[in-house]
Parts: sequence; C-alpha cells; structure tokens
Amino acid sequence: MAVKILAETLLSIRHIAKRFGDNTVLDDLSLDVHKGEVIVVVGPSGCGKSTLLRCINALEPIQAGEILLDGEPIKPDGKNITELRQKVGMVFQSYDLFPHLSVLDNIVLAPRKVQKRAKAEAEAEALTLLERVGLKDKAASYPRELSGGQKQRVAIVRALCMHPEMLLFDEVTAALDPEMVREVLDVILKLATQGRTMLIVTHEMQFARAIADRVIFLDGGNILENTPPEIFFTNPQTERARQFLNMFEFAAVKHHAPAED
Amino acid sequence: MAVLDWEVIQQYLPLYQEAAWLTVRLGVAGIIFAILIGLICAIVQYFKVPALRQIAAVYIEISRNTPLLVQLFFIFYGLPKIGIPTNATVCGIAGLAFLGGSYMAEAFRSGLEAIPAIQTESALSLGLSRAQTMRYVILPQAASISVPPFIANVIFLLKETSVFSAISLMDLMFTAKDLIGLYYKTTECLFLLVVFYLLILLPISILGSLLERRLRHAGFGA
Repeated sequence: MAVKILAETLLSIRHIAKRFGDNTVLDDLSLDVHKGEVIVVVGPSGCGKSTLLRCINALEPIQAGEILLDGEPIKPDGKNITELRQKVGMVFQSYDLFPHLSVLDNIVLAPRKVQKRAKAEAEAEALTLLERVGLKDKAASYPRELSGGQKQRVAIVRALCMHPEMLLFDEVTAALDPEMVREVLDVILKLATQGRTMLIVTHEMQFARAIADRVIFLDGGNILENTPPEIFFTNPQTERARQFLNMFEFAAVKHHAPAED
Repeated sequence: MAVLDWEVIQQYLPLYQEAAWLTVRLGVAGIIFAILIGLICAIVQYFKVPALRQIAAVYIEISRNTPLLVQLFFIFYGLPKIGIPTNATVCGIAGLAFLGGSYMAEAFRSGLEAIPAIQTESALSLGLSRAQTMRYVILPQAASISVPPFIANVIFLLKETSVFSAISLMDLMFTAKDLIGLYYKTTECLFLLVVFYLLILLPISILGSLLERRLRHAGFGA
C-alpha cells in the first residue's frame, strides 16, 4: 500500500499501564494514531490486544499514563466521556446487537437518544448505510434472524451512524464461520478506501497485510514491532514476531502438504 | 341426597365475597411493597453498592428461610413489645412484603444478571450514558426475563395470604374455618374456599401464560 502523507495525530496513547490485580496486561505502552491511518494490531492471544482497544474506549480504567483523543484525555469517569465515546466507534468480537430491537432501531438508538437527531433523518442515514453493506432489506428484521456475518455488518453500520472519527475493530471475524468472514472484511476494506481512521485487532494475516498502513505487534503488554506490513510480514525485526508469524506459516504448510504427495 | 346444599352456599356467599375482597386488598398491597423492596434489593446487588448490598443479602436469606407464619408472629407480637403499636391489617401487609420482597428481588436480579456484560459495553461504546444504557438496553431485556418468575411470585404470595387467619384477619381461610366451627357445613365451606381462591388466582395464571407465550414468541437471544 502506498505510503500516506500523515495528517495530524488523532489518538495519542502515552505510557499507559493496565493491570488486573497483580497481572500486568499493558506495560508502558505508547502509540500515536494519525488521521486516516489504518493500524492493524496482531499478537498471540492474551497479549493485551483487546484490552488495548477496551482502554481506548474507556471500558477499562488504566493505572498509569494517558490516552488523548483530539488532545482530550479519555477516562471512564471523565465528565465528557460520552462525547468522547461518540467519536470512537467500536465493533466487538461477539455479536453485540441489542436483541430486543430491530436492525433499524439498533442503528438509530444512539443517534436519536445521544445525539438527539430527528427520527426521519437518522433512519434515512441508517437505511443508506445498510444499503451500502447490502442489508437494506433486513432493516425490519431482528438480530436473531440474521447470520453472524450479517450481524457484524449491522454492528459496523451502527458504529458508523454515530459519525465516529475513528473505528475500533476487536477480532470482528473471530466468531464467524469461514464463509462469512469475507463479507465482513470486504466492508472494512471499503471503509479503508474511504480514508477512515481504524485500529483493527485481527488474526486474519492476509487481510492485515492488505489493509494495514502500519502493523503493531504486541506481546507481553508491549509493542515489539511497529512497521509497515511489507516489512512486518517479510522481514520482522524481532524473534518473537518471527515465531508468531511462523505459526501461521506452519499452518499453511500443513494445509498444502497432501497436495504435494 | 345432593352433595352440596346450594341454599347454604347462597347464604354464605356474601361472607366469602367480603373475605375474598380482603384477601385481594391485603395481597395486592403486600405485593406492591414486595415489588418495591425487590427492586431496591435487586438494583443494590446489581450495582454492587457497598454495605447496602450485604444488608440486602442478609435480608433475603432471613426472608426466604423463615415461614410467613413465623414472620407474621414476629411482627404482630414482637413490634408492640419494643413500643411500635401495630394492627392486624398493617401486620399482614408488612409480613407479605417482608416475605415477597426477597422473592421479587431474586426474580429481578436474575433478569438483570442474565443480560451479558457486552450489552452494557456496546451501549456505552455508542456514547449512551449509564442511565440510558439501563433504560433502553438492559431493563427491557431484563424485564422480559423476569416476567415468568414475577408472575409465579404473585401467585405464590396471594396463596400465602391464607396464613393471615393466624393473626385474626378475616380473609378467606379465616372465614371458612370460622363458619365450619360454627355450623359444621364443612363440605360447602371448603367448596366455596377452593372456588374463591381459584377465582382470584386462575385469571392471573392464565394472563401469565399468555404473557410468557408472547415473550417466548418475541424470543430474544442470538
């Protein structure tokens, strides 16, 4: 992917530490995200990827350091936390749609109740966005009537309808059947081409390589690599990253083995 | 010879009507207070409010593990001893509320706790406040889960009013026992007793199953 000329810093993570009791999950971690940048976070499970996203959205308090969005600190108990959260859209691994609301009501709940937008206007935008992900005919359906991939696409639309400045994706395809992964990743790829700022946690390495401006390799609560995908996937700088990537290589070798016989 | 003497039944009917009315009045009043106590306990436990949460837990254990009759005696004979004047009606309502509060608390709490944390988190991440999350996301889902145990509790509590006779409240049970003792028309008295309890409870039961079926039809879940 061509190197983008980096705009100003949107999100600034400075020396944050996150501990659960004695267990340190994030340790003195710093990261800047610029406007329009797509950052993919990879790493072994338990390395703190999801925790990092949850801290950015103030779903988890941090024990040290600070997270600034547009220069404003994000804190769970901060006064303007709901305003800051509106600027950061998040899509979770498990389907997190509200089961008692229709697809359309899922999408317009926050625009109407939080942003106090008019019903007609919010619904019109919701329908436009649904059409773009191929789900306009599902507007009146309930989440239980949708497939996993469709639910995730609705969840993305629900986040987009709040006009966030930045999107966080937390392993959004990890719970999906393989044939549904593609439809969700395609939606995210489309968002990248629109110049959206995104922080994506994923185990889909092909996808990471295709979409990332920068790949962050997280292990043991620290950023070990912070490089463009071309470098990360061909010539990782650390042994840990090489080991990590090898696991995927190994899986690929096994997969192709019978064909070579 | 007819099994039931309809003349006797007709004669007793007004007495039973009055007693049924008392049962319903005290039952409804007690249940309303039970709902209030239950809501407070459930919310205190759900939000893990320090101190209050432990008090609620102790109350729930005491309330659930002692019979209503014992609770009524405590209130009826115990309160005056520590200088709180009381009467049978207030005692009946208070006793039912004390018993029912814990059952209602458990019904509401199970509803609240059945909603996965991710629902709260995704609502918060959209910018909803804590109160909005509760109102638009958690409570509607929790309420529908709580409906079946709630209806069961209402029926249970109305049936429990039958021990009110022990503190000389003239409810259905009291009336039946009284009439049997006076005139020995046991069959008619017991027949009327069953009929009146059914008249009160069956409609609630049927309404409850209809509601449950609608909720199941709405069938939340993934």
